[in-house]
Amino acid sequence: MKEKFNIIQSTCIPIQIDNCNTDLIIPARYLASTTRDPKFFGDAFMHDLRYDADGKPVADFVMNQPAYSEAPRQGVHEIIVGGQNWGSGSSREHAAWAIAGYGVRVVISSSFADIHRNNLLNCFVLPVIVSPEFQQEMFASIAADPQTQVKVDVPNQTVTNLATGHSEHFDINSYKKYCLMNAYDDIDFLLSNKDKIETYEEKTLPL
Amino acid sequence: MSELKSINKFPEKGDKGAGTLPLKGVGGSLFDKIWNAHIVQQVEDGPTQLYIDRLYAHEVTSPQAFDTLRDKGIKVFRPDHVVAMPDHNTPSDQQERIDDPIGRKQVETLKANCEEFGIKHFTMGTKDNGIIHVVGPEKALSLPGMTIVCGDSHTSTHGAVGAIAMGIGTSEVAQVLASQCILQSKPKTMRINIEGELKSGVTAKDVALYIMAQMTTSGATGYAVEYAGSTIRNMSMEGRLTLSNLSIEMGSRAGLIAPDETTFAYLKGREYAPKGAEWDKAVEEWRKLKSDDDAVFDKEVTYRAEDIAPRITYGTNPGAGIAVDECIPTLEQIPEADRSQFLSMLDYMQFQPGQKLEGTPVDYVFLGACTNGRIEDFRAFASVVKGKKKADNVVAWLVPGSWLVRQQIIDEGIDKILADAGFELRLPSCSACLAMNPDKVPAGKLAISTSNRNFVGRQGPGARTILASPLTVAASAITGVVTDPRN
Repeated sequence: MKEKFNIIQSTCIPIQIDNCNTDLIIPARYLASTTRDPKFFGDAFMHDLRYDADGKPVADFVMNQPAYSEAPRQGVHEIIVGGQNWGSGSSREHAAWAIAGYGVRVVISSSFADIHRNNLLNCFVLPVIVSPEFQQEMFASIAADPQTQVKVDVPNQTVTNLATGHSEHFDINSYKKYCLMNAYDDIDFLLSNKDKIETYEEKTLPL
Repeated sequence: MSELKSINKFPEKGDKGAGTLPLKGVGGSLFDKIWNAHIVQQVEDGPTQLYIDRLYAHEVTSPQAFDTLRDKGIKVFRPDHVVAMPDHNTPSDQQERIDDPIGRKQVETLKANCEEFGIKHFTMGTKDNGIIHVVGPEKALSLPGMTIVCGDSHTSTHGAVGAIAMGIGTSEVAQVLASQCILQSKPKTMRINIEGELKSGVTAKDVALYIMAQMTTSGATGYAVEYAGSTIRNMSMEGRLTLSNLSIEMGSRAGLIAPDETTFAYLKGREYAPKGAEWDKAVEEWRKLKSDDDAVFDKEVTYRAEDIAPRITYGTNPGAGIAVDECIPTLEQIPEADRSQFLSMLDYMQFQPGQKLEGTPVDYVFLGACTNGRIEDFRAFASVVKGKKKADNVVAWLVPGSWLVRQQIIDEGIDKILADAGFELRLPSCSACLAMNPDKVPAGKLAISTSNRNFVGRQGPGARTILASPLTVAASAITGVVTDPRN
């Protein structure tokens, strides 16, 4: 699952829903599973918008439209452009597993909920924050031509709408950038710093 | 840093205390003080490595974290800092068994993981069990000055005792299990002041729903909130827990309240609270846990208690709310950019722009959840329904947040008041808050609920949810329609 980040250039899935909460990204009934199978969670991604109560695809939902229904692969639908306040609500990392399991590598929005944003990073999905204007322009470009490509350059921290040529810088701290570009985990970092943790405990724990 | 001590030892029941937190030389806001005392290291142009005093684990967001430890062949680093209990899958009608095999396996997996890794576990159906965010404070496992995390966004609840308490993801649960630390970027700070006396019929739940409607559900994203002001000082501990619980619905991961006499009175004598001289020492240190007069916040807002009425929501996010006697906004009152979302919310809710919701028939009422599953909530509900009868058209789920709360309900005779009014007291569980156990609201049915989220499908696929206080829910349970508790 962990693929090193560099430059991703791909068509996008536009999910133009503001306040798209993690209950929508993955409904609670998929949370009882103890599996780590990416396919299980990928299949549940946006489930109740993708499928009706009988399990039939909802034709007019964006992920079921012919232009956007192809499963992500290199250069195709690796990027979601989402509405503002993406991933609000429940802390369920299952939402990030669903996005990663579906095959998406980047989510672009004008704002993310704090917990979900961390979860995406820990699942090696890059959340990219852009201005609301840039986000709306991307929605417009994709609506005009679903083949519109967006380029996310992690080393240079830029995101470019190739339909308009417009580009924006995005923020990511040096540590997380290093993690993404080297497939390095927070847990590995913490385990390599046990001495500092023990020093902290010696200084602060009541005896 | 070297002088700082942290309250991070798992207190032995009844004897050893929770340690102390001398704050000499550490200034700033309440949040800054606790944060700074827990810094293990600052990663250059990166996050802070923060020491965690308490990890709570439930069955839903922990199994894959334990798998990560097994993959890496490592043990839990500090098992005595971790407390686990199942709550989400727990049925509220009986707790002998879980019929759903997937949910049952998840609950069994938590127990097995706790046995394997040596973690304290409060088994389903036993007197220690309940919703984590109710059990933690009521057992004084959550104490002032602590850093507390759990794979659950409503971990913000525990901030009401004067702690940094945040929801985290499962990867982060694994990190804490492995190292007792997480890597976090320091959030900005916001102080929300509420001043004045709350009017009759207005509760902490209404305060929270009011704030959300004012600042939207992302108004506090990126911030850690501190609640302050005279309204908060006069608020009960249960009310504060409700308010901090709902911080995440404003976008804030953490909602802190400086500990005071109300906090100490609530915690004193509880199961894991420091005892004797240890208690006195702890209180002395806890009194220092408040924002300095010259503390700087990135944002500060003030609301007046007198402006707040009993609240209800009409949409599918908790910020889409009105006073119970108000009408849903008309389309013209909604900014143009927000109209399509407004209409799509109302379409799901089967409401009309400009509609008055007071008087609308409800099918289900739910009292409970980590938001309003405490003794004060049941007292409030009982005060309204006493001597009256539940409406015939209403299915009511009254679900205590813990076995301790349930026992207190019985000890105070509240169960008899409820029974006389036609209500059944159920068993502690997350219940109808999130559709992960048998308490699901059927598609199309309308529930008025003390829970925290009115999202599409939250209480069951197709279920429609109005969020409200225990008083408003009680009044509506009697009339069978959305009812202003002041009437």
